[in-house]
Amino acid sequence: MSQWYVRISTTVKAIMLPIIGIAFFLGLWTIAANNIDTSLGQFPGPKAVGTQIVNLYQEHVDSREKEQAFYQRQELRNAERLKKDPNYPAKIRDYTGKETFLDQIITSLVTVMSGFLFAVIIAIPLGISVGLNKSLNLAINPIIQVFKPVSPLAWLPLVTMVVSAVYTSDDPMFDKSFINSMITVTLCCVWPMVINTAIGVSSINQDWLNVSSVLRLPNLVHVRKIILPASIPAIFTGMRLSLGIAWMVLIAAEMLAQNPGLGKFVWDEFQNGSSQSLSRIMTAVFVIGFIGFLLDRAMLKIQRFVSWDKTTVNR
Amino acid sequence: MIMLCAATSQASDLGYPEKEELTFGFIKLTDMAPIAIAYEKGFFEDEGLYVTIEAQANWKVLLDGVIDGRLDGAHMLAGQPIAATIGYGTKAEIITPFSMDLNGNAITVSNDIWQQMKPLIPKQSNGKPVHPIKADALKPIIDKFSAQGKPFNMGMVFPVSTHNYELRYWLAAGGIHPGYYAPHKGDTSGQINAQALLSVTPPPQMPATLEAGTIHGYCVGEPWNQQAVLKGIGVAVVTDYEIWKNNPEKVFGMTKAFAEKYPNTTIRLTRALIRAAKWLDEENNKNRSEAVTILSKSHYVGADYDVIANSMTGTFEYEPGDVRAVPDFNVFFRHNATYPYYSDAIWYLTQMRRWGQISDEKPDQWYIDIAKKVYRPDIYMKAVRSLIDDELMLPADFSALDNEDGFRDPQQHFIDNIIYDGTKPNEYINKFTLGLKADDKI
Repeated sequence: MSQWYVRISTTVKAIMLPIIGIAFFLGLWTIAANNIDTSLGQFPGPKAVGTQIVNLYQEHVDSREKEQAFYQRQELRNAERLKKDPNYPAKIRDYTGKETFLDQIITSLVTVMSGFLFAVIIAIPLGISVGLNKSLNLAINPIIQVFKPVSPLAWLPLVTMVVSAVYTSDDPMFDKSFINSMITVTLCCVWPMVINTAIGVSSINQDWLNVSSVLRLPNLVHVRKIILPASIPAIFTGMRLSLGIAWMVLIAAEMLAQNPGLGKFVWDEFQNGSSQSLSRIMTAVFVIGFIGFLLDRAMLKIQRFVSWDKTTVNR
Repeated sequence: MIMLCAATSQASDLGYPEKEELTFGFIKLTDMAPIAIAYEKGFFEDEGLYVTIEAQANWKVLLDGVIDGRLDGAHMLAGQPIAATIGYGTKAEIITPFSMDLNGNAITVSNDIWQQMKPLIPKQSNGKPVHPIKADALKPIIDKFSAQGKPFNMGMVFPVSTHNYELRYWLAAGGIHPGYYAPHKGDTSGQINAQALLSVTPPPQMPATLEAGTIHGYCVGEPWNQQAVLKGIGVAVVTDYEIWKNNPEKVFGMTKAFAEKYPNTTIRLTRALIRAAKWLDEENNKNRSEAVTILSKSHYVGADYDVIANSMTGTFEYEPGDVRAVPDFNVFFRHNATYPYYSDAIWYLTQMRRWGQISDEKPDQWYIDIAKKVYRPDIYMKAVRSLIDDELMLPADFSALDNEDGFRDPQQHFIDNIIYDGTKPNEYINKFTLGLKADDKI
């Protein structure tokens, strides 16, 4: 009886307390918003943000309709010209209209994931080598320690200049702006991943290493069968950490470099200075937060799934 | 749709565009309207051009974009192609076949400065200040600042911007020295001997910078003056229409290499822009409110409808409640606004010389040669003739341009009543009280 009661009360608590917390926050926010006047009008409260979500969605739908019309006109025009000029290499060009809020969200997500995966490809093998080899560790460690605390935003101007100098092609597969943002994300992901992987690898239980030695496992098999599985929890801790930082850094980089994405959306709205700008920025802030939360949850799920040591992931 | 088919079927003798996908840059100002309208009204598509329009962070980024080919063309300050061609700043051959608009700027001062200026300005019978307000009313305040050893800072948008020259013109006409440039000594701050210190602030940040007290006034295009007035941050004292009636403002700039490599594309995009300009002005500005709706979208200018409408629809609010009719505040087509006059280019060159951006004395012919390199009425007239042939426009729309030699008749209507004759630049430079003359050198 009492056990049943306890279970119910825990469930109620688990549902009610967050609701109370959110309601309290919304109340505080409304009061604060009503009392802050900026030169762009009143600070947006929950209601203004709600309106903007509807507006932004509507704009997206309108833009998609315009896009359809654009393609139809283009096909007509191509057909018209082909009649008179049969040699014309008719092609369908991408829509020339502006990205909507939803498009910007997708852009940012694609950028952060590409940068992150690129970092994984570099950092994990590097981390394993550093963890396995004491001399390599000694050689590389100072470099990692110096570069780790550098904000990737400081790299951004260098990245931009190098990319525009090196990445030249008449018909590039990716936009330069995408490459710039992606490399910036990679630069901030690499260091936590290298360090965590190296620590994970170097602190493997000695018994397991002994097993490997006794069996005289070849190097690659040793890494695959012993090192990798054993250091998975540490590797994923590093990955989760760096994805969180990457998301924050990406938004800032997009603002700074005017690269497409949520950061550019925020900056553009700020520059517009219209009476709706602040509420649209506030909406973007929530979306950025929510996506960051989802990314973290997703990493946590993957981490739980692949990790044998369930105790390390309950944070 | 009907117009579209007509355009594509009849324009065939012009030749298809060599480059169909284009990217144009702009700065968030209402005078970028011809580009937005040419896109939204399908004038670019009528020419077989697929144009992407991108807002740029500032004028330097925009110019660099055109020079390095990231942008095919852009909404530019009239001084930019000229300065690039003579190598002031980044050197590059930029041309313009199309002048985008006349007027459209104003000078705004902070409320505090306005309170001090107001008693010094003559009043009309209804108690409102007599316009145009001259910088004479600002002079005593600047003197007070310098007596206290405080700098009097003002903002403008770019060293070779219309706004810089207009602000300097207005200040100098009131006896306030805006400072010299001395590029041969590496001084590009433009503050040598200055009584008012001018510095660059990006247009969208003007009101915020004024509010923060970093600057006491600024010269900028719309909507950033009306923005300050509507928000009660500052007061617009004078429009550029009053400083120089129907002064040329922005141009559409592209590299000379682009125009040579893609001649049909160049003529076609000029055609689209001319049609857009006409749409903006036709039938007594009847389309202006639709234009304002388009410009207020967040990916164009993005400011509120009311703010943009204030200046685009023929009125201007100087101080809160003081709304006056300025029907020609924004002119896109009438008064031959789209024709790239050599004399307009030469006026900018004279101001560059006056304030030292051009270090040395140059012969009259030099001014004329540079103007002919940058301003390209030949391309403009090809576009006009083909528009008339295609019956998209009437010969009457351009009647004043028959036998045009590119020099406007001597112009008066300046705030200091000095007359400008584009054929005699040196004579003009020597008329000013403040500024470099003849062979002066800093």
